[in-house]
Amino acid sequence: MRVGPGAYLLLSAILFGIGVTGVLIRRNAIVVFMCVELMLNAVNLSFITFAKTNGSLDGQVLAFFVMVVAAAEVVVGLGILVAIFRKRSSTSVDDINLLKG
Amino acid sequence: MTAVLNATGATRLIWLLPVLPLAGFAVNVLFGQRLRALAGWIATLAVAAAFAIAVAALFELLSLPGEERTQILRGYEWFSSGDLRVAFDLRWDPLSATMALVVTGVSSLIHLYSIGYMEHDARRETFFSWLNLFVASMLVLVLAQNFVVMFLGWEGVGLCSYLLVGFWFNRRLLVVNPRGRLVDGEPDDTHEVWAPPAAKKAFLANRIGDVGFLLAMFLIFATTGSLDFDVVFGEAGALAAGTVTAIALLLFLACTGKSAQFPLYVWLPDAMAGPTPVSALIHAATMVTAGVFLVARTHTLFEASGTAQTVVVLVGAGTALLAAVIAIGQDDIKKILAFSTVSQLGYMFIGVGLGPIGYVAGMFHLVTHAFFKAQLFLGAGSVMHGNDEDTDIKHFGGLRRAMPITFWTTMAAWAAIIGVPLTAGFYSKDQVLAALFEHGGVGRLAWVAGVLTAGLTAFYMSRYVFLTFFGERRWPEGRHPHESPPSMTVPLIVLALLALVAGFSLSTFTGEGGRLQSFLEPVLGAPEEHESLAAAVGLSAVATGVAAAGAVVAWLLYIRPFDWLALRRRHATAWRALADGLYVNQVYEFFTVNMGGAFAAFLARNVDQRGIDGAVNGVAELVGNAARSGRRLQSGLVRSYALAVLGGAVLIVAFLVFRP
Repeated sequence: MRVGPGAYLLLSAILFGIGVTGVLIRRNAIVVFMCVELMLNAVNLSFITFAKTNGSLDGQVLAFFVMVVAAAEVVVGLGILVAIFRKRSSTSVDDINLLKG
Repeated sequence: MTAVLNATGATRLIWLLPVLPLAGFAVNVLFGQRLRALAGWIATLAVAAAFAIAVAALFELLSLPGEERTQILRGYEWFSSGDLRVAFDLRWDPLSATMALVVTGVSSLIHLYSIGYMEHDARRETFFSWLNLFVASMLVLVLAQNFVVMFLGWEGVGLCSYLLVGFWFNRRLLVVNPRGRLVDGEPDDTHEVWAPPAAKKAFLANRIGDVGFLLAMFLIFATTGSLDFDVVFGEAGALAAGTVTAIALLLFLACTGKSAQFPLYVWLPDAMAGPTPVSALIHAATMVTAGVFLVARTHTLFEASGTAQTVVVLVGAGTALLAAVIAIGQDDIKKILAFSTVSQLGYMFIGVGLGPIGYVAGMFHLVTHAFFKAQLFLGAGSVMHGNDEDTDIKHFGGLRRAMPITFWTTMAAWAAIIGVPLTAGFYSKDQVLAALFEHGGVGRLAWVAGVLTAGLTAFYMSRYVFLTFFGERRWPEGRHPHESPPSMTVPLIVLALLALVAGFSLSTFTGEGGRLQSFLEPVLGAPEEHESLAAAVGLSAVATGVAAAGAVVAWLLYIRPFDWLALRRRHATAWRALADGLYVNQVYEFFTVNMGGAFAAFLARNVDQRGIDGAVNGVAELVGNAARSGRRLQSGLVRSYALAVLGGAVLIVAFLVFRP
């Protein structure tokens, strides 16, 4: 049985939905982070699916870019998280509300 | 008609006329304190040198035929913008030559006089530097070839007038208080004045007039596209009647400010707070005649508008009469002369407002008035100098023995101003009045006012000399009136001689064929017809008769043993109205101070607090309220922001997917 692009896109959508839900409902910053990564990789999956379907390499190239940026972002994001944890002994995103109007 | 500079010799040097006094100003400003007594001599020398150049240039002008007597000296370009080009071009024609000679000549004498008068003043170098700056500005005004440069001089003399009126800004002067009680010889009818308010008043009244000058310039530029005299006058005939009337009336507004005509004359009597040489130079002989000169210079514009000419004549006649009436009631000798100046300026405006028939008469009266009024002021200064700076006419009497030179020279100027036959004033005043009569129409009405003014002038001037020099001495114990030093009396003598001879040497009885007449005609135009000799004699007899009557009344009141102070007490109300200048100042005070203050208070309460402040505060409140409700969006919860981002992304995607 040949698996069509629809299945890949469905998986991508499910993973993205899990990621969004996680970002919206979880308070632990590390988990929120992981959910963001999940969303990025769900999008990567879509890129590669479309690239394969259309026979173009553009999507695959873009997926590499996303991975590189995600790696860089994780470095910075975790650095910030460590700094916040040292200061507040907490990684709950609800505690970080300095911009409350 | 214009000969662009082909001049040689002195005419090419006329740029030095304003520059020499300006150099004197610079020297006295920079080194005045080190020069000390020399400061006055340097200032005098600068002006006298300018006078010498003016005389040399005059002789050159006289050697040319009549039509070529308008010489223009091209100066460097001041600025240019679009089509407008303004340069320091100087105009040397019979009109500016006449003015330049009067200005530099009388200034030289008054500078010389000031050396003696200001001898003991701690700030005399400042005084002389400002006096030089004034002469420089006045010459710029007189020699200008376009309206902008003329305005530069116009403002310059206004500034110097302000500075010099306020020269004794820290000295409280004792002057006669018109509203004070009237007690014989007691000093409780004097009060203290202070120069700064008088200086400010002069500046503000002039500023109102200057706005007229500026608006006239804007209008001229908007309609003719140029500010050069020759171009503007060339196009004057082609302008719409309403435009040219507006231009002429706005220019005349400027004249009423600078030349102290109704309704802006009120600053001139107050300007007497300045030192007396200043009163003589600026507020009698030169600056206040700038308005007359302006009308004569721009006569093409006035001729194009009959309305404007009528206004000039009527305002001149009204001012002449009004000021002469007020002058009767003044006890301060400088105030008498100030109102007299206002009145005589009215005569000059009558002359130049009449058209070709009166231009020369008006300018002639300007010249003769410069001589006899400068003498009268300097004579009054000499009287004050010898009487502990007293200005109250009630404290003099019998000074003719103590101050013989001042007395005799003042009598000469007195004869000239009241129009004793063969003196300068007789010729010039009669020519103005004759021109008025010839003119007909409103001229006849103004002629009546002019003749009445002649009578009143004779009365108040006789009152001044009788009470000052004749009769018994009324000065307080311990005062020793004395004659002034030679540097003061020499100018008095020269001016007195000029006041006597300037009439027949410059003109003939009817003016026709006179030296000044034939000199000025190429610029100002010749009248179409001249009056007959018989008519002139008749008119002159009327005016002289009325003047003689005025002098006789003064003799009856003030020379004969007669208790004029008792008469004054009997008619205290009428006297006070006269002494208080017919309450014109109070009318101004009511309209500007009281009503203006009430209006300002109304504006402050309603427009400012409610309107402007309300708008500003309302905007602030609106923004504050909006921010207070808007701040709730900023919850600080990262997850709610994420939700908003998601919502936004969904909306955009939905739009892209489902758009038609």
